[in-house]
Amino acid sequence: MTWIISILNIFTNPLFYKITLTAATPFIFAALGGVFSEITGVVNIALEGIMLLGAFVSIVFTYLTGSPWIGVLMAMISGLGMAWLHAWASIKWYGNQIVSGTALILLAQGLTGFLMEPIFGKPGQTDFIGRIKDIKIPFVKNIPFVGEIIGELNPLVFIAIGLVFFSWWFLYKTTMGLRMRAVGENPEAADTLGINVYKIRYFGVLMSGILASLGGAFLSVGELGQFKELMTGGRGFIALAAMILGNWNPIGAFWACLLFGAAEAMNNQLQSSPILQISASTKPLFNMLPFIVTIIVVSGFIGRTRAPAADGVPYIKD
Amino acid sequence: MKKRIMKINLSAFIVPVMSVIIALLIASVVILLIGKNPLIAYYEMLKGAFGSSQDFINTIVKTTPLILTGLAVGFGFRAGVFNIGAEGQMSMGALFATIAGMNLGGFPPYIAIPITILSGMLMGALWASIAGFLKARTGAHEVITTIMLNWISYYLGNYMVAGPLSVGSGTPKSPEIAASAKLPVIIKSQSIELTPGIFIAILMAIVIYVLLEKTSTGYEIKAVGFNPYAAEYGGISIAKNVVLAMAISGALAGLAGALEVMGLHYRYLGTLTSGKGFDGISISLIGQNHPIGIIFAALLIGSLRTGSNAMQFAGIPKHIVMIIQGIVIFLVAADRIVKTILTYRKKHKAGVEK
Repeated sequence: MTWIISILNIFTNPLFYKITLTAATPFIFAALGGVFSEITGVVNIALEGIMLLGAFVSIVFTYLTGSPWIGVLMAMISGLGMAWLHAWASIKWYGNQIVSGTALILLAQGLTGFLMEPIFGKPGQTDFIGRIKDIKIPFVKNIPFVGEIIGELNPLVFIAIGLVFFSWWFLYKTTMGLRMRAVGENPEAADTLGINVYKIRYFGVLMSGILASLGGAFLSVGELGQFKELMTGGRGFIALAAMILGNWNPIGAFWACLLFGAAEAMNNQLQSSPILQISASTKPLFNMLPFIVTIIVVSGFIGRTRAPAADGVPYIKD
Repeated sequence: MKKRIMKINLSAFIVPVMSVIIALLIASVVILLIGKNPLIAYYEMLKGAFGSSQDFINTIVKTTPLILTGLAVGFGFRAGVFNIGAEGQMSMGALFATIAGMNLGGFPPYIAIPITILSGMLMGALWASIAGFLKARTGAHEVITTIMLNWISYYLGNYMVAGPLSVGSGTPKSPEIAASAKLPVIIKSQSIELTPGIFIAILMAIVIYVLLEKTSTGYEIKAVGFNPYAAEYGGISIAKNVVLAMAISGALAGLAGALEVMGLHYRYLGTLTSGKGFDGISISLIGQNHPIGIIFAALLIGSLRTGSNAMQFAGIPKHIVMIIQGIVIFLVAADRIVKTILTYRKKHKAGVEK
């Protein structure tokens, strides 16, 4: 009974929806990245690593320049670099895309851990360095309930949502988007029509790097204002699951990200529920929630969604 | 014919070796960037891994679980599944081996040891089978499900040592396993103990080699890995073999966890796996998914791990090992890069000779 009451309490509290939105933001950036890459036929599981490096680089440059926005910009460049490596291995050299992605995750985990001490003087985590300030929307803020959800949020949250619609427009309403989808479905046919398969795939993968690194930057300079080792904690993979669940479509992925964000928000709220009084030792059980939801959803919905036909297959031009 | 086989084996050997050399070179640039001398760093590393009998035993101890996680991932690759979840399977294996080992105090070692080992293997197999079952049944990609299972097992382990199994204060940990479930010590050098675990790991490599190369089960598993549709057309069940492959892979990772408990920590700790499952990925790739290659690759990564602890005293963060591994895996993924470098050199040489 106390469970039902506390869950009802959570659902009627605007805070739950606000946390859902902020928790979904890194997923949204990374899942959009996944869509851009996979729609052209390149699987990018490096998202996790790109996010982690993005989170680190944005904190480093915030630390050096004092401006979190410069941090975000540099994170995007780092994402571009990582994605370029992935594109180079998997497009130019026909490498195994999943193995290359795994390599980049390890590289990011290694580099960020390695550079902690030389830059910040201590391993593990940095002090509070600085974050992008939340913005208040003047009139919306005063609307009851809704105002409490979206009246005061980090600008990156709005950028993420804006990018969802931009990506949908770009992929489904522009010539470039059409070409990208063609390359992902049937590269041979696209090639015959004079589309440069390699260039389009490079573009898709590079975009995925920029987008995923924004997700990482949000975690550090958007939310916490500090970097912690391995702080992405599997979010890149949850984003991949969201992309699958969303049927490789930006809007679909957006809804899936909200679902996974809600799982994280529910976990967060249950743990701090004044009625349930969750003890410190049982908290780890609650932390499993987003991952269990992901497994169930991925297994339940797959088969009803369809990957681009050439997803994961290197294109070898004769 | 014989010459051709030799040539294939040679290239299977040269690519990973070259990849490791290139990775060490790139990593030395990274070391230079933080103002340290890579030569001193690698010297410290080598000394830390093999400098004394104690270091050498330590390297062997570190290599033991790595052989098994490497075999776990490598066996998966041969069967066409990317088991990125060895970390979680190892943790679950260690957890259940601990629970079994804690309760076997009344039994003599010849009963307690096998049961503890089997509990770990069984739990690893079950945990991995979840991903295998979901892949066979619903098509859920094992990369995603095994990563999710890794996190679930991580939190489950944390919960167990903070709650039901919690003992003492300080680092969350479980009680020790019964003395009869501990592996006997064969060599002891100061605080470092060598148990027969390493022989169990090498034995498993041989078992897996025989299973893959000499049995019909192995043939079916490889057939599904090579071309699932052709295998199914030939009357081999994809679903059965995917679940079986994941179960065997998970059992190997679970065994790694059980041996860590029985021969090293004697209890479950949240930090017990600390990346050894992920190391399995690099190890299987460096070993070209071949059981014997995996033993040598595990020794390489094991010595890098032991050596990196020594390197830390020279002011170089031990994360350098992950960077090295990342570069090696990258080069193995795009092995054409290395092959191109090699053939370019050959061509160049031929040109000079002319």
